[in-house]
Amino acid sequence: MKKKISKPTIYSLGALALFVAFLYWLDANRLTQGMVISVLQKGAILALVATSMNLLNGFTGLFSLGQAGFMSIGAYTTAILIIPVKNLDGVYYMNGVHPAIKALRVVMAQAPPFMQTIFPFVALLLGATIAALVALVVGLAVLRLKSDYLAIATLGLSEIVRSIFSSPQFDQITNGSYGLNKIPNFPPMFFGLIPSLITPFIITGVCVAFIVLLINSSYGRAFKAIREDEIAAEAMGISLYKHKEMSFVISSFFSAIAGGMLAMYMRSIEAKTFSITLTYDILLIVVIGGIGSVTGSVVSAFLVTAAKEWWLRFFDQPLSLFGFEVPLFRTGFRMVIFSILLMIVVLIYRKGLFGTNEFSWTWLTSKKARRKP
Amino acid sequence: MREALLLTEHLTMQFGGVVAVDDLNIKIPTGEITALIGPNGAGKTTAFNVITGGYQPTCGRVIFDGQIIAENHPRSKMKKIYSGTYTEPSTQTVVHTPDQITRLGMARTFQNIRLFKDLSVFENVLIAKHCHIKASLFGSTFRLNRAEERAMRAESEALLDRVGLLSSANEKSSSLPYGKQRRLEIARALATGPRLLLLDEPAAGMNPKETDELSAFIVEIKEAFGLTIFLIEHHMNLVMDISDSIYVLDYGKTIAYGTPAEIQNNERVIQAYLGVDES
Repeated sequence: MKKKISKPTIYSLGALALFVAFLYWLDANRLTQGMVISVLQKGAILALVATSMNLLNGFTGLFSLGQAGFMSIGAYTTAILIIPVKNLDGVYYMNGVHPAIKALRVVMAQAPPFMQTIFPFVALLLGATIAALVALVVGLAVLRLKSDYLAIATLGLSEIVRSIFSSPQFDQITNGSYGLNKIPNFPPMFFGLIPSLITPFIITGVCVAFIVLLINSSYGRAFKAIREDEIAAEAMGISLYKHKEMSFVISSFFSAIAGGMLAMYMRSIEAKTFSITLTYDILLIVVIGGIGSVTGSVVSAFLVTAAKEWWLRFFDQPLSLFGFEVPLFRTGFRMVIFSILLMIVVLIYRKGLFGTNEFSWTWLTSKKARRKP
Repeated sequence: MREALLLTEHLTMQFGGVVAVDDLNIKIPTGEITALIGPNGAGKTTAFNVITGGYQPTCGRVIFDGQIIAENHPRSKMKKIYSGTYTEPSTQTVVHTPDQITRLGMARTFQNIRLFKDLSVFENVLIAKHCHIKASLFGSTFRLNRAEERAMRAESEALLDRVGLLSSANEKSSSLPYGKQRRLEIARALATGPRLLLLDEPAAGMNPKETDELSAFIVEIKEAFGLTIFLIEHHMNLVMDISDSIYVLDYGKTIAYGTPAEIQNNERVIQAYLGVDES
């Protein structure tokens, strides 16, 4: 039986092909296109963590603010496992590196080159697994809470994780308040077939695809039922505890993967990177994109990052008009403009850019389907 | 009398000093329609909530199909406060959450409609099928359970067709007219595959014509799905028409039990509803 390919599928595949071609073009011109590359890569990382936060907040109705904590678990695990052995002593110059980590890293360094190429991905998965385990244990307690109480508990959790990482007791593991640096950039994939520049997009793509598949499965429907009405969902035989725990663990897992990627992207991390403001940035992306829309989160991650880091740079430069120096144009002014733009967007699109709808080509082309927010 | 599907023994539910349900002993025979009536605030919905696991009873037990699904007999100090009229020795405590009870074969509807408002009519029914899913989270995510998923969808469609809502399957459930929302809530409860269906004021807010349709509908699904039905209702016409037996509650206490004809002529019931003539 031959399946007929629908028009929207062709559009999507075309757009995907264009994007991939663009990425390869960027890779060829990476010296001149530094800004575009870094904005897109950061956008991809934030898209993943925003989608994972949306799974929890938008689809399961659990208002959680613990994303930064789980990201830091992923980031630190990844960083500790991939900083080159020859740099380890330099990185931990104040307190020295823990002997166990050193020993493990020396053993890892002796593995055949084929294994070496896989280690960064193993590190990402390991970090994510640890985060998921933490979520599993913490979830037992905090998922009994609802709405704002859950938000406060998870916020507290995130802060606890951050203070543990920066505490002097863990100096030999996390390097305390000095943070970790000399973290290698993204590794190439499939033995160099895919350049390292494209790696974060592929990881994000795979993870977001998993979340989308999950949301559209029977379990995803159960999550939505819990979001709509907990009492009714429970009366329909859906175990609240089990499904909330699932959503929490999966969301934490992918947040940690994004955290690991953030470590690779920033090349150096410290506990401060994962303070509450990071969670708020992600929450902002989720709200702007639309709570309950995966494509909304992805699109808004790229838009917000581009606006914040790139398009509004212009406001940070001194500007003179007709020989008159405009007073406000100096470093930091872009954030003022950015915040004003955000307020305007939120005022116009009360439910975010996408609301709870998903992007579709028919939605884009027909004005009839476009609902006023 | 036929074998009882649901039994409650000395069921008591106390909220602090308020005894909402006091020593309730009901027997719901398999395959019959039993009604629970009483003036406002008599404790009918509380009784439902205790039976379906929403509250843990402060005393007494609930037995569904021979299995104890909730049991609590307070001990020591608590006994003095919460045991009601129950005097036998304290025994075990059994707790089931509402979802476990639903999976055992007892489904309910709510007095104030609790549909999944933002989801479609079809999804509302499909979600109720989730409770018997065999696939794991990963199996379901990677679509390894295609056959199961297809069966779930087909059954949901058949069920919607059966209750006459198939034509609005893709509409948002909150956009349905009131009567149809009530019907959808019953359909959603049926989708969990129950043997006992608990209806909490299914005819609330309905006009006489809609109420008559509902009576016919309840009898119809009872026959079609081989159900036992336990319902709370204020519309006396509906109750008297379709019930096989009736329990009357007032201030948490059972004041009467009998067939519709017996209840209609019961002195205490008339007093509870109309008040006592003090002259």
